[in-house]
Amino acid sequence: MEAIFSFITEHYNYILLLILMVILGFEVISHVPSVLHTPLMSGANAIHGVVIIGAIIVMGQAESDNYLALILGFLAVILGTLNVVGGFVVTDRMLEMFKKKKKN
Amino acid sequence: MGNGILSLSYLIGSVSFIYGLKMLSHPDTARRGNLYAAVGMTLAIFATIFLYTDKDGVGLGNYTWIFAGLIIGSIIGTIIAKKVLMTAMPQMVSLFNGMGGACAAIISIVEFKHMIHSGVTVADEPVLTTVILLGLVIGTVSFTGSMIAFGKLNGNIRDKMLPMQQVINIGLLVVIFSLLIGIVTGWIGGDNPMGMMYALLAISALYGVLFVMPIGGADMPVVISLLNSFTGMAAAFGGFMYDNSVMLTGGILVGSAGTVLTVLMCNAMNRSLLNVIVGAFGGQQGGGATGASGGTYKEISVSDLAVLMLYSKNVVIVPGYGLAVAQAQHTCHELEKVLDQNGVEVKYAIHPVAGRMPGHMNVLLAEADVSYDKLKEMEEINPEFSQTDVVLVLGANDVVNPAAKKDPSSPIYGMPILDVEDAAHIIVNKRSMKPGYAGIENQLFFEPKTSMLFGDAKDVLNKLVSEIKSIA
Repeated sequence: MEAIFSFITEHYNYILLLILMVILGFEVISHVPSVLHTPLMSGANAIHGVVIIGAIIVMGQAESDNYLALILGFLAVILGTLNVVGGFVVTDRMLEMFKKKKKN
Repeated sequence: MGNGILSLSYLIGSVSFIYGLKMLSHPDTARRGNLYAAVGMTLAIFATIFLYTDKDGVGLGNYTWIFAGLIIGSIIGTIIAKKVLMTAMPQMVSLFNGMGGACAAIISIVEFKHMIHSGVTVADEPVLTTVILLGLVIGTVSFTGSMIAFGKLNGNIRDKMLPMQQVINIGLLVVIFSLLIGIVTGWIGGDNPMGMMYALLAISALYGVLFVMPIGGADMPVVISLLNSFTGMAAAFGGFMYDNSVMLTGGILVGSAGTVLTVLMCNAMNRSLLNVIVGAFGGQQGGGATGASGGTYKEISVSDLAVLMLYSKNVVIVPGYGLAVAQAQHTCHELEKVLDQNGVEVKYAIHPVAGRMPGHMNVLLAEADVSYDKLKEMEEINPEFSQTDVVLVLGANDVVNPAAKKDPSSPIYGMPILDVEDAAHIIVNKRSMKPGYAGIENQLFFEPKTSMLFGDAKDVLNKLVSEIKSIA
């Protein structure tokens, strides 16, 4: 019990952030028209590419003789970038179609 | 100073994600929302590269590697995303989602090794260990699951069910959680749990494969949306690991928004998430129960259909998953044009979840330059079917199944459908008599007014167009 309380005190800000973001995520999405489900999924997919920041930190902190960390970090940076760039570009292409459709 | 700028960049990044996602949920602002989020992401990435410092105030090194990785990833990502056909969009989302999952898993592997090698034991840092391992498990499941989903949508992998599939899956989940708890508490692996960490990695990878394997190809978008929210959670665990606010915001936001979106997609099909995940089960039972009540169906030849269509006043085309799979949208537009030239009025009836990809039919037909005012929503077209001469159903099944209205025991009972059975003639194009993804028979196919036209949508439409041209 003691451990749980000290955990809550120690990580109070993160727990608060977690709760707020979960509520916000629910609120933002709950009234979306079904035609936008696919682009929205794709846009959210690009946003979780923020994991790239972890990859950059891994890469940037790897010692120059630690080849495994260097190689894995490098791979992680490439994969993360693919997620971010590919995700945003694909979403943009999808939404471009919607725009064209509207004008006609 | 540097730290302040980094925090400010993360703050701007977080707000851009929240705002971007909000704008993405309205048709008019969606494209700008995507752009805002991309700008926020770029800012957060570059601020991290140049301003991030660890607890001792040491900045990042290996700039050459970092930039090389960023450039390679950007080039490949842009090329793939630009070149891919509109019909292949869902598998692209799945592919990029898998990349994010793999990225999260790799970060966990490196950080776990780092933690053990720097002399910190699991017992010293139970919370950190849990976070690292959860990131590893969820990231890995998301990676292998997304790759299977990609393969299925791309047509490389077929639906496969192992005997006792659900039991095996639940068993694997139990093993994963036991290993996780075991490592964190020190029961398994003790002071050197590296081997156990790799075991956890391997089993998670296997679980991802077996989790997606039995789910029907048509349900893949729901699965991708679910895996999408998994990767969001994995990114959030990474954020917790590094005390990084922008990773936490982005990750949790996508984790929760992705979950809501998954549920919304299921609701649009009038099914529960559980029903989709163990779908293969329910489907088989449904097929067995109603399969006997089939009957006889009749076929129509392409030349007969050409004549029938040419002498009709109006034709309504109902596009579905089969059209997307066959990539027949351009041929479909051609049919519309040739009928239009001969004085036949053509409209498209778009069911909100046609093809199980909400909005997918609109995007597909827009790509083939089909005029927007020919696309009719379900509510708009339903009253018009009774005055329609010919309805051509192209690879759609459940969205025109009258069981949704008449049979309370049907799994899709209650789902709003297109009332095509009100039309004078109904032509259904399918590859075979095999029932749709849910395994339910469609009584529509056995109606006296209905004729079947078997074959790949694109082939059949091509023949139909040339036939009409030759007799017109």
